[in-house]
Amino acid sequence: MVKDTSSNDANSLGSRIDEPTGTHTVGHEWDGIEELDTPMPRWWVISYYLTIAWAVVYVILYPAWPLIDGATKGVLGWSSRGELEKEIQGELAKRAPIMSAIGSIAVEKLPFDERLMQASVEGGRAAFKVHCVQCHGSGASGSKGYPNLNDDDWLWGGDIGAIHYTLEHGIRQPDHEETRFSQMPAFGGILSAAETDALVLYVRKLAGKYQGDVPANAITLFANNCASCHGADGAGDRTFGAPNLTDAIWLYGSDEDSVRNTITNSRFGVMPRWNNRLDPVTIKMLAAYVYSLGGGEAMPTMIAPDVERANGADDVQP
Amino acid sequence: MSSLEDLVGKSPQLYEKRKGVYPKQVDGFYRRLKWVVMAITLTIYYVTPWIRWDRGPYAPDQAVLIDLANRRFYMFQIEIWPHEFYYVAGLLIMAGIGLFVVTSAVGRAWCGYSCPQTVWTDLFQHVDRFIDGDRNAQVRLAKAPWSTSKIAKRILKYSIYLFIAFWTGGAWIMYFADAPTLVVDFWRGDAAPVAYTTVAILTATTFIFGGFMREQVCIYMCPWPRIQTAMMDEKSLLVTYKDWRGEKRGSVKKAEKTPGEFGDCIDCNQCVAVCPTGIDIREGPQIGCITCALCIDACDSVMEQVNRPRGLIDYCTLDDAAIEKAGGTGATIRKTLLRPRTLIYFAIWGAIGLAMLFSLGQRTRLDISVQHDRNPVYVQLSDGAVRNNYMVKLRNMEARPRDVTVSVNGLDGAAIWTSEGSRSNARRAVNVITAPDSVSKLRLFVAAPGIGPAQQDFNIAVQPNEDGAKGDSETAVFERPETE
Repeated sequence: MVKDTSSNDANSLGSRIDEPTGTHTVGHEWDGIEELDTPMPRWWVISYYLTIAWAVVYVILYPAWPLIDGATKGVLGWSSRGELEKEIQGELAKRAPIMSAIGSIAVEKLPFDERLMQASVEGGRAAFKVHCVQCHGSGASGSKGYPNLNDDDWLWGGDIGAIHYTLEHGIRQPDHEETRFSQMPAFGGILSAAETDALVLYVRKLAGKYQGDVPANAITLFANNCASCHGADGAGDRTFGAPNLTDAIWLYGSDEDSVRNTITNSRFGVMPRWNNRLDPVTIKMLAAYVYSLGGGEAMPTMIAPDVERANGADDVQP
Repeated sequence: MSSLEDLVGKSPQLYEKRKGVYPKQVDGFYRRLKWVVMAITLTIYYVTPWIRWDRGPYAPDQAVLIDLANRRFYMFQIEIWPHEFYYVAGLLIMAGIGLFVVTSAVGRAWCGYSCPQTVWTDLFQHVDRFIDGDRNAQVRLAKAPWSTSKIAKRILKYSIYLFIAFWTGGAWIMYFADAPTLVVDFWRGDAAPVAYTTVAILTATTFIFGGFMREQVCIYMCPWPRIQTAMMDEKSLLVTYKDWRGEKRGSVKKAEKTPGEFGDCIDCNQCVAVCPTGIDIREGPQIGCITCALCIDACDSVMEQVNRPRGLIDYCTLDDAAIEKAGGTGATIRKTLLRPRTLIYFAIWGAIGLAMLFSLGQRTRLDISVQHDRNPVYVQLSDGAVRNNYMVKLRNMEARPRDVTVSVNGLDGAAIWTSEGSRSNARRAVNVITAPDSVSKLRLFVAAPGIGPAQQDFNIAVQPNEDGAKGDSETAVFERPETE
């Protein structure tokens, strides 16, 4: 065995061989604690230097050193923003054929083309989040004065063509010839307070919100002032965007005060036209999305008729 | 014994140069066992992707296929979906406990026989012998100055290395796509970039690890030898030099001169010469010993030549070593292998396997999962009814299209339709053809009377329209506006 060589080792650091492990110490000593010199394998050391070389090359090629306004650009001119731009361009190029197909198909035929419809709904979902949620809400469920697009009640029509038209031309846009337009009179100066109250009760009764008696003159009042737009039965008229007064959906509220306010001051809901802001394909996709929310009308059936019998269930219309 | 200075050098070093290892050819029981293991493991590795397995027109016909693009894992008649990944986790746990079993019973047998690093290193060392000759010729060639023949030999050898490495990387990607198609695509240049990258990386690692790094991987890179320190105990089998029998070492001649002074070891160094990691087993158990047992073969043949009993180097536990040192006889091999610890590991391993097999037999191949739309949670309809929307996912895990019925139960007066229907033809149930081996998404609209609890549990079920087939159901919530 080798004896302790620290006393006569030529190494000035006082390196010696640690007897239990048979390993050199590096020669440093801290309060009696010494470090064994266990050399790394040569390939490891080479790999280590290679990583340093790699780092140097990387710093030259890529953005690296932070400066006061930005960072060094790197020889390759790479940037994450540029990378994103490239990805977006690639994605747009990939979508180009389907977008042009959506552009050329008639909007009424869109629901029958499964592939284009699916793409349109997804595209519309994204565009909706940007342009429509401000009024209609992120779930398209609207709020007071802003229609819920999920339901089956449509002021101006709920088939995809009507929805598309509304999107293109907007509602009550004074600068636009083709916009959807109608104006309910404010009856505040026309009807007396008692007459208004009678109509409030009558309209609420139409919708089943009020069960009691209505004044005798209410029927005549309704026929003279309201039926021309809302229909004799109060079921509304989509030509004028006149709401159905008999259903369960109330855009401005169904309580007495809200109805009285509507009759007295009228309402004048507007929606921008999008044909001067969005491209035709986006408008089509928005139409498809709104149509797909569950209230879209005149949809073809795909349900097998014999399922009902097979399951012994009645045709239920809750 | 050589002095420590020879082993570690004279002064602190920056790094340690790899010492060349030129293992000598050897024959014997363990060498033959290694041949068999190598043949089996390499055959499994290269051949498996080419086995065909008919699954009908809607699923691939490759017996073992990890279809990452479509997120499916096929293994003979078993098909794993991503949500069943716990089977893969189970297999990995079994692999882990399997290593416990093996280590507990026969020590580092995994390292010595079936670890890919060992198998490929062994293969490459055979290439060395084939091109350069056996140990002595290899040492001579390594020391020889560069000459035309040395350069030629090196080029030839490295070409063979590269060839093997390339096929190793090439075989790997075959597990991830239809093998016959991929081979054609690969050579045409039509395969996915990731295929070429993978082959390039695995070719490089095989070439470097098998051709040059070899035992360095085991000693410096692999965590398993370190973990085994905790796995082994005094009853685990180790390749042991029986120093109580071998020491003091001396040549046959010396032993004849002074009988009784020397042990059985004739210091012929054959055990060192054949060692693929270049260690001296006579220094005792060490991290570099992968227990390939080639030194046992070498020593046994020498012992036979000098007419001494075999087994100077042998598989032996630390306990038995102590007993034999004291003059007794160790436990039988059966007793050593079938000890409680090993059996418990084996029982756990088997239990996991059986549990997985059982659950494989029980799993349904048609699943429903229902997600209630949260925005809006309900929709007031004009006639007073309320509609809720659901995203229903039907997982048809069979490789054929299935005709199924989706129905609602426990919601009075409910009617349902999908995005392809409308409320005017709503029913209690809808028919759907689910695509084979895929998830069908169904936007389900459920309308029910507006009078009722604000939150009501009900059931959405899927049932195949075939006799006796198993369906699935899930509880969902129907929400209504709070009554004023």
